[in-house]
Amino acid sequence: MDMQVAKKKLGLKERYAVMTRGLDWKPSYQKMEDIYPYMAYEGIKIHDWDKWEDPFRLTMDAYWKYQAEKERKLYAIIDAFNQNNGHLNVTDARYLNTVKLFISGISPLEYVAHRGFSHVGRQFPGPGPRVACLMQALDEIRHAQTQVHSISNYNKYYNGMHDFHHAHDRVWFLSVPKSFFDDAITAGPFEFMVSIGFSFEYVLTNLLFVPFVSGAAYNGDMGTMTFGFSAQSDEARHMTLGLEVIKFILQQDPANVPIVQRWIDKWTWRGYRVLTLVAMMMDYMLPKRTMSWKEAWEVYFEENGGALFKDLARYGIKMPDCAAQIALEKDHLSHQAWSTFYNYAAASNFHTWMPDEEEMAWLSSKYPNSYDKYYRPRMEFWREEAAKGNRFYNKTLPMLCQTCQIPMIFTEPGDPTKICYREVDYKGDKYHFCSDHCKKIFEDEPEKYVQAWLPVHQIYQGNCFPEGTDPTVEGFDPLAAVLKYYNLEFGRDNLDFDISEDKKNFAEWRGQATKNV
Amino acid sequence: MAVAAVKTYEFPPADTVDKFHGAQLLYIGWEDHLLFCAPFAFPFPPTMRFGDILAGVLPGVFGYHPDFAKIDWAKAEWFKSGQPWQPDADKSLAENGLKHKDVIRFRTPGLTGIKGSCS
Ligand SMILES: [Fe+2]
Ligand SMILES: [Fe+2]
Repeated sequence: MDMQVAKKKLGLKERYAVMTRGLDWKPSYQKMEDIYPYMAYEGIKIHDWDKWEDPFRLTMDAYWKYQAEKERKLYAIIDAFNQNNGHLNVTDARYLNTVKLFISGISPLEYVAHRGFSHVGRQFPGPGPRVACLMQALDEIRHAQTQVHSISNYNKYYNGMHDFHHAHDRVWFLSVPKSFFDDAITAGPFEFMVSIGFSFEYVLTNLLFVPFVSGAAYNGDMGTMTFGFSAQSDEARHMTLGLEVIKFILQQDPANVPIVQRWIDKWTWRGYRVLTLVAMMMDYMLPKRTMSWKEAWEVYFEENGGALFKDLARYGIKMPDCAAQIALEKDHLSHQAWSTFYNYAAASNFHTWMPDEEEMAWLSSKYPNSYDKYYRPRMEFWREEAAKGNRFYNKTLPMLCQTCQIPMIFTEPGDPTKICYREVDYKGDKYHFCSDHCKKIFEDEPEKYVQAWLPVHQIYQGNCFPEGTDPTVEGFDPLAAVLKYYNLEFGRDNLDFDISEDKKNFAEWRGQATKNV
Repeated sequence: MAVAAVKTYEFPPADTVDKFHGAQLLYIGWEDHLLFCAPFAFPFPPTMRFGDILAGVLPGVFGYHPDFAKIDWAKAEWFKSGQPWQPDADKSLAENGLKHKDVIRFRTPGLTGIKGSCS
């Protein structure tokens, strides 16, 4: 009989060494290049994968335990929220449109992030980053799932969320976040890590998740807020991974520096253009505001990001050039974006409205250099016309930027009265851009962006109607056909908030919950 | 610079003129009138008379704006790809030199939008 000898418990460091690094092996009958075929083509040189430091030293077994605990807490709260008609506690029914924007614009990106991290996790030869990517891949699919579960309760009562993933792949403005992530996952593993792991998760995450989560907290949305807290510790891990990756790549070879700088420049701009949606959400869609977009940009990018890039200077990395243009746009971005959605309210999966008097006063105070001069006259005009029964619905499709796919709504840096037009001739065709930065991204890799699925052009090519539609018949209504293709119902999922079923139902249900009827 | 790829990377562009069923794209913007958030995209046949766009298309598109009825088309200034340009209303798009995905804009001197805000 063997003697049982009590084994000493492994310390954290040894555990990590055995259960992460120790799981790797050197192939004996296959070449490394064949097993990891995507490691060289981006031009990044890695000499020693063992130099990778994992700041968390989290092992897979501990990961499962930890996440399961968070999951139990989250679902207990979601259950309570659902059972107590938590949806009636939000500030007012306009808030629900923030939830619609989130579920159709952001949650599908969590799923794509899952795919992206699964892919790069498979490709990295180092066991440290491979396991870190595996954990992030699992986090991201968990985020997608928990968001869908948290928000599904709203879907039982309100319009526009019923087919969010279908919408994400089709609706004109959702091609903005979709194409952003498609661009990232079709890049190589290193560019993916810089684009999503660093630029998005590290540099810009506070401008995406914090506004939604604090917006939820300010507006009584327990479901979304709880999800946000449950994701917080994951986000901390993702941010650390993003920063670690970039420092690792930069230290491995000086030739990596200019490549990484180009990626940071590109992805800061790409990410910022997606944040246009967040800017308008913060300034226009939250009934109870948290802070203005401009304030958020100043705190999270100019201050925190400024300190970050100062820190990265010793690796040879500098602040992206686009920061100068973004600083000029911060007085205008949210107003131009909300005007756009007000224009195209007939083709969207959420409702829009004009701010009331008090909200306009808030906008004037937060944007003293721009709101009264450029945007208030426009919005007062729209409000007056709507009151006369002449609400503006723009039914003509806009020109789009080839790179960010946003309609050409942005003005010249320094002149908010002129649309910024840029164009390039490439192989006999013209391509148009909203900015010098989107133009430069195209010029760096035209072969990629000439394939862009631009919703407006796709509609005109006849690719966005339900199967069997004949656009040549007498009296053909293209908007109606496009909405069918989006699986949105005219008059219910779109148009102004004021005439919406959401507004009417919410008032009625809240009345039943708070008054004697 | 070329795209980084593991092998030959060549794919057809998504928006060549052959895909628009005989039409070509034309983008039109109205300067100083940002009530319309962006310039518009249109699929027009190259044989279309330019004057038919002015008389038949633009009123439906820009007519909501109180300035539109005040436009004196004789005084309108036109630009193509940002450069001054003179269209001939009686000629077709093709005869006016307009190609697929060209962008034109017009300025209407004296009209500067809602309360002069360029809206
Ligand atoms: Fe996530
Ligand atoms: Fe753009």
